[in-house]
Amino acid sequence: MELFTPELIKSILVMLGATLGFLLPSAAVVVYAERRVAAFIQNRVGPNRVGPFGLLQPFADVLKLIMKEDVTPTQGNRMLHTLAPLVPVVTALMTVAVIPFGDGLVVANLNVGVLYLLAVASLSVYGVTMAGWASNSKYSLLGGLRSAAQMVSYELPMGMAVASVALLASSLSVVDVVNAQAMWWFIFLNPIGAVIFIVASFAEANRTPFDLVEAEQELVGGFHTEYSSMKFGMFFLAEYMHVVIASMLISTFFFGGYHLPFAPLWLPELSPFLKGVLDIHVFLAKTVFWIFVFIWVRWTIPRFKFDQLMRLGWSRLLPLSIVNFMVIAIVLYLIG
Amino acid sequence: MVTYLFFLLATLAVGSALATIMSRSTVNSALFLVLNMVSLAGVYLLLKAQFLAIIQILVYAGAIMVLFLFVIMLLNVDDEQTIFSKKTFRNAFGFLLGGIVAGQLFYAIAGYTGVLPDISAEMTSVGTVEAIGKTMFTEYLFPFEVTAILLTVAVVGALFIAQRNPKSQN
Repeated sequence: MELFTPELIKSILVMLGATLGFLLPSAAVVVYAERRVAAFIQNRVGPNRVGPFGLLQPFADVLKLIMKEDVTPTQGNRMLHTLAPLVPVVTALMTVAVIPFGDGLVVANLNVGVLYLLAVASLSVYGVTMAGWASNSKYSLLGGLRSAAQMVSYELPMGMAVASVALLASSLSVVDVVNAQAMWWFIFLNPIGAVIFIVASFAEANRTPFDLVEAEQELVGGFHTEYSSMKFGMFFLAEYMHVVIASMLISTFFFGGYHLPFAPLWLPELSPFLKGVLDIHVFLAKTVFWIFVFIWVRWTIPRFKFDQLMRLGWSRLLPLSIVNFMVIAIVLYLIG
Repeated sequence: MVTYLFFLLATLAVGSALATIMSRSTVNSALFLVLNMVSLAGVYLLLKAQFLAIIQILVYAGAIMVLFLFVIMLLNVDDEQTIFSKKTFRNAFGFLLGGIVAGQLFYAIAGYTGVLPDISAEMTSVGTVEAIGKTMFTEYLFPFEVTAILLTVAVVGALFIAQRNPKSQN
């Protein structure tokens, strides 16, 4: 068996491009965007001192984080305390492997890609729970446990919504899911599933209105109360990477991935290179739109209470997603 | 490449399984069990059983172990005392017996000369979602449904035990 086949080299290039060239810097850009959009929404100016329009602010932030003292709680578990910030970053980076950025621009076309996404997402809970426990602080522990409860609860409606997508595409491969949307995006065929998936992604990314994990009034900083320096920086990075990934997943599953709306009707045949460039830009444009929605929601909608969060997840979203799944299955069966 | 990966994953699986039962902190045990499950998923992947591998992570590592950790962290169980803290005759005898069994096991393993078997072409198609779904819902439909009912009964029973006494609420 030859080790470096052209396919392998291509997927390594796509992977490096996606992670190093896109996902890691995107977190810094999203932090800047969040602060500017927040300032815009709240009628403030926002960071505009470092570089033109404050564009160098992320660099200054990272420098500040690196220079800070790294404190580990003496009574905490040092090993787990150090390990915990790595988990969400690693799971976020693993997700990119199955997301297609364009026609053929995907690292691995797994035939269980959709399940892989859910499995990796379910692993990211460990970072938060480990951080909460290893800090040996009640604020951290409560934050971590809240997060675990929240993520486990919202995984179920999210899984059902994704299952309805898999039904429509009649495949569990993410590439097939995107290709099935060349003409009709799944937002038109499966609007309820889309709403459920979007709400659940907000909960999975621990963003407002579901950011009880770090409710300042009750829990100080939540699971990362005892974190400082670059360890905190890793959690910060992971949070924004999860926002980016949630946006990519929403565009992939419900908004046609890299397809322009009703593209087969009007888009002329393009050369592979031009098509690739167009695909990537279309996909990124959709992603940027959803990142903006994430920020927009954060600065306009207040936080839920914990019982409301649980009630929404278990007694509203879950039954709704199961009914949605059954209806789609029956309709598909009747159509044939 | 495959052989190397197998030995890496197998060592990881055995090591983390040992660490699970030997570490004194319950939280560490649970986390090692997660590592064990993930490395087993890797072994399944080497056997071309993609569906099984993903489900292993999704269900066991992603859902069940999170709940385990949840309970352990809330209970705040103290560290277990190591069994070797007391050098009694019983512990020494138990250690001896365990050593003999381990020796027999090693002897049996050493007698196994075959290297890793090749995965047949049929195996590649057996592990896919389509193949598993087809067999599960045709040939093994009855056992599948019985299992589903059994699990539902268990969930309902657990809920019934866990809920507060309905009479005392009035």
